Amino acid sequence: MASKKVDLRRFPGFLPLTYLCLFLLYAPLVIVMIYSFNDSASITRWDSLSLRWYHDVFFGVEAPKFRAATINSITIALMAATSATIVAIMAATAMLRSGRFRGKSASFALINLPLMVPEIVTAVATLIFFSAIGFTAGYLTIVLAHIVFCIPFAYLPIAARMQGIEDVYEQAAQDLYATRFQAFRLVLLPLMTPGILSGFLLAFIISLDDFIITNFVKGAGIETLPTAIYGAVRQGIKPNIMAISTLLLVVSVVFVALSYFVGRMGEKNNDETSTKGDLI
Amino acid sequence: MAADLQPKASSSTSTYAGLGIPLILPAWAIIGFFLVLPVMMMLIYSFLTKEFRGGVIWEFSLAAYDQFFFDRGLFGDELPKIEWTYITIFWRSIWQAAAATLLCLVIGFPTAWFIATRTARNRSIWLFLVTIPYWVNLLIRTISMKFLIRDNGPMNELLMASGLISEPIHIINTNLAVQLGLFYSYLPFMVLPIYAAVERYNFALSEAAADLYASRTITLTQIILPTIKPGIIAGCILVFVPSLGAFLAPDLLGGAKNFMIGSLIEEQFKGAAGNWPFGAAASMILLSLVLLVLTLYARQQTREQG
Repeated sequence: MASKKVDLRRFPGFLPLTYLCLFLLYAPLVIVMIYSFNDSASITRWDSLSLRWYHDVFFGVEAPKFRAATINSITIALMAATSATIVAIMAATAMLRSGRFRGKSASFALINLPLMVPEIVTAVATLIFFSAIGFTAGYLTIVLAHIVFCIPFAYLPIAARMQGIEDVYEQAAQDLYATRFQAFRLVLLPLMTPGILSGFLLAFIISLDDFIITNFVKGAGIETLPTAIYGAVRQGIKPNIMAISTLLLVVSVVFVALSYFVGRMGEKNNDETSTKGDLI
Repeated sequence: MAADLQPKASSSTSTYAGLGIPLILPAWAIIGFFLVLPVMMMLIYSFLTKEFRGGVIWEFSLAAYDQFFFDRGLFGDELPKIEWTYITIFWRSIWQAAAATLLCLVIGFPTAWFIATRTARNRSIWLFLVTIPYWVNLLIRTISMKFLIRDNGPMNELLMASGLISEPIHIINTNLAVQLGLFYSYLPFMVLPIYAAVERYNFALSEAAADLYASRTITLTQIILPTIKPGIIAGCILVFVPSLGAFLAPDLLGGAKNFMIGSLIEEQFKGAAGNWPFGAAASMILLSLVLLVLTLYARQQTREQG
């Protein structure tokens, strides 16, 4: 048997399928990026390299519309992600640091509920709810709807991080006469920073990404970037949409890379704290 | 993934004992008030009478569910027959979601396997590569896919220029286009759980099988697949459930003939149909379907553990 040495981890055909997978994931994005630099007004014909459509995005006829939509998207994402992060930190502290309390297991299901209800159902329910209580659809309805589905995304990395931190540090602080609030603010919170940051970034991207729920609860005249882009592509894909897409794509990738490195920083810190923990 | 974070009774510490309820309260208030209450409201609305051009009249009615399941003729005075229009749309959605799940599995499984068998350092780079596109705006990904596979899009141009085909391959507005769109939307949900399962898999089992003269196919189907089955099932659920109610992929890539549940519901609120109770009823049916799938999954999980 020794002569027939096969690598048991390899299966014929798996490698080509992996490459096919990467091709399917990246080809559409790369093509759109390339065509965003096309000088032609037609999306089918390649003319020459130019920044014409980027100029159009910032200074063209539709520029004010897209600028307003971008500002809305960013401010909504900031508010929703901040609120969701605060709620998630409190919830994680309750779930992982507060012992038993009534309704604890139900709380876990509740926090994850926004992930289980299909987006379109959440959209319909929220629209009906706001309409029933006479809340005028507008900017605020979008923010409120976004906070709800951002909570589980902020909660996951925050809770994962909190679970990784032993409570010996807070106990040590309390032994040294820190109040519980001081132990939280001066000991636990700083240790939690990487988890909080990646939770916030995740929630921020998820809010920025949302189309369906926003489309249902937004008031007339208020657009976020996805709804503005959707409105523009109803009549067909235009070159300026490709330039916007490329810009947004670059922003998303930068954000994800950032969150990835923050997470890795956290892991490194985690290793340090755990070795320190061993010393104690 | 999420299940790992559920606190175990033993590991639960209590630095902030007694503060559990006030700390969890904001989450309860927000999700309860802006999600649970709205879903109940939606259930009520599905039993109300429709107001033309959107909204409802507060009068109990089964008209929405009746319209969904029964055809009573143009004037509503004929004997009820089963109405196939909406059942067909639901059936098509289930079928499309299943096909997209299969596509994700066929391509995602080898990818997850490939990544999990790299060295520890390379793994995170490969995982990063596979997940990056997921973080790009879903709408933009769907538009990109549409741009690529159009009849006179870059893919067809390239294939025609190279002489491989003489006429453009028609993909846009077909079932395949929707499946590709759904694949593009939810692939990481398939790859990540399978990756996690393969990463935990003990390759000594494969070696033992090989020592006992098992072929590779036998090893794969008899040893590996049963061991990592929970990861595969989790991946399939995570792709199937959002695909079922997807809106953007069928809307932008499927065209009018490939109408799915998402578009049907959207049309009742945003489009020309303007029938809120019917939209609420269709949403309730979709939600029940999803909860059914999740319950079956949860039951199967507990049965395997117990």
